[in-house]
Amino acid sequence: MAQVSIRKVVKEYEGGVQAVKGIDLEIADHEFVVLVGPSGCGKSTTLRMIAGLEEISGGEIAIGGGVVNDIPPRDRDIAMVFQNYALYPHMTVYDNMAFGLMLRKFDKAEIRRRVENAARILDIGMLLDRKPKALSGGQRQRVAMGRAIVRDPKVFLFDEPLSNLDAKLRVQMRTEIKKVHQTVKTTTIYVTHDQIEAMTLADRVVVMNHGVIEQVGPPTELYHRPATKFVAGFIGSPAMNFIPARLEHGSGALNIHLPDNIVLPVPEERRSRYASYAGKEVLFGIRPEHLTEIRPNDHRPNLAPLHLTPEVVEPMGMETLVHIWLQGTEISARIDPAIPAEPGRPLALAADMGQMHLIDPQTDRMI
Amino acid sequence: MALDATTATAGPAMAPARPGLTLQRFARRRSTIAFLMALPLITVIAGLVAWPAGYAIYLSTLNRRMTSFIGLGNFEILLDSETFLMVIWQSCFFAITAVVLKALLGFWLAHQLHHIPTKGQRIWRGLLLLPWVVPPALSTLGWWWMFDPSYSSLNWILNAIGAPSVPWLGEPWWARISVIIVNVWAGTPFFMIMYLAALKSVPDQLYEAAAIDGATGWQGLRYVTLPMMRNIISITVLFSLIVTFANYDIVRVLTNGGPRDLTHVFASYAFQVGVLAGNIPRGAAVSLFMFPLLAIVAFFVLRGVNQRSKEMA
Repeated sequence: MAQVSIRKVVKEYEGGVQAVKGIDLEIADHEFVVLVGPSGCGKSTTLRMIAGLEEISGGEIAIGGGVVNDIPPRDRDIAMVFQNYALYPHMTVYDNMAFGLMLRKFDKAEIRRRVENAARILDIGMLLDRKPKALSGGQRQRVAMGRAIVRDPKVFLFDEPLSNLDAKLRVQMRTEIKKVHQTVKTTTIYVTHDQIEAMTLADRVVVMNHGVIEQVGPPTELYHRPATKFVAGFIGSPAMNFIPARLEHGSGALNIHLPDNIVLPVPEERRSRYASYAGKEVLFGIRPEHLTEIRPNDHRPNLAPLHLTPEVVEPMGMETLVHIWLQGTEISARIDPAIPAEPGRPLALAADMGQMHLIDPQTDRMI
Repeated sequence: MALDATTATAGPAMAPARPGLTLQRFARRRSTIAFLMALPLITVIAGLVAWPAGYAIYLSTLNRRMTSFIGLGNFEILLDSETFLMVIWQSCFFAITAVVLKALLGFWLAHQLHHIPTKGQRIWRGLLLLPWVVPPALSTLGWWWMFDPSYSSLNWILNAIGAPSVPWLGEPWWARISVIIVNVWAGTPFFMIMYLAALKSVPDQLYEAAAIDGATGWQGLRYVTLPMMRNIISITVLFSLIVTFANYDIVRVLTNGGPRDLTHVFASYAFQVGVLAGNIPRGAAVSLFMFPLLAIVAFFVLRGVNQRSKEMA
């Protein structure tokens, strides 16, 4: 087990296209770090550079203190789980898992002990004699994880391991991965485009976009205190609402003027933070879960009532999502399923202004 | 009793509607349509493969003048003949050596080509395929000239670097080697192109997984590439073995079986005995000798291929 250091790492392809633009990241021993971002953000390239499957164009990567830039993958003491599992189809499950140990000339008894131990952790003991073709997607995924576990490497690398599974199995395997990490505690770097996977698995989430790191932090910090509009929009489902607004002083208060003449007061404790933006165009951000119905005996401070008319209503069972269009901007709100909501019928909603965000449209950074 | 009664009542009642319907249904069945569509091919195979094969078997049981049935007489005579035993040995030596060399060289070339970027690969692929696409009788004439005792260009090169001349076609062992060289030269591109396709079909992620598992280039080849290509290798080797065993043109043009009948293979010897010496039944018996040998090899190879396909695909 080891820490991983990524210093000013650049990946440039032929023709000068930069997939990764000088990122810095320190990953502690035993930590579970998730790289998340949309397609083409450079997360998989970063992982493949750590694995040694892609050359590093600039900067350096160190595993366990030693720089590994020029060390081939086999000598980096890492194990990787691929998106499409990459199991050897001509080998049995046992041989797939034992292959890495066999190449490293481990004693046969030790190989058996390790494979059986991993099989027990992953509950695949009864599959050891089967070939990958005879396994389901979830079982293949377990074998791919088993192949990584038996090696007892310094670092586990996961490259979108759940993308090929159906939704139900994905949730189940997510829990399995978390359980395995709690058991073996190996430093883990996990790549996904699914923010829910990132939030549920990570000790720290690294949000990437266009080859740079937007923000690094624990999941709750990213959710509550996003640094940029991109992070705010990427983390959380449904995504945060962004509404063009104007900040104005008025009758001793600071107000946010939204389309349709909606005016919302800025909470007192935030006034000084936002004061310099008074009279300027900003983006008002609020998550759908902070735009709810007015509840009886609601003690949340800073609630601002507003009446809006939903155009689409989506009952989800545990909640109802309503979609409202404010002069061309779509916003969503999460309301209690007991509230009768119908398209075209005005709803009395409340914005929890204590949870609001303001974004500078020039920089796309949070104010 | 109950069953009888049902049959008895159902039969006559349904009878008038049945014949037309049944015929229509039969014609519409997928298996019938499949059979009808395959019928032209079945006819061609029956006419060009099954009938000549059956006729060859029939011929091999006749006497030289084809007037009486002599059973396995021709085979008995052949197995008593020292020349024919030499032909069996030579055929096996020729076919196995040539196929092994073609497979090894073809794999090496495919591996080299696979690592050339796609843009440059095309020209090399085209050039390396040339020996395979030139009609063998013509290219063998070229080789014959290169091996010629008086004008051998190969000997000229050997002499130029100070080595002595080689009796390419005059000495039995050199003649055998020469025949193999030409066959390998002409047949390697087929292996190369098949192996190249097989190499391209191995997913890159398997190599990446192997590299992370700790495999060196050689171990990746041994534990990933070769096992993944086993089916293609088996089928290519089987196909080439059949074609090489039945090779006729190279031996005919290059050595004509000489010197002293020592480079004959089944096909050239069958032609010599059957057509040139006028003993068609014995010539048929010679050519039939290949069949059991190849059938056994084909059975085991195809069984292996089938098994692996089921396990892996």
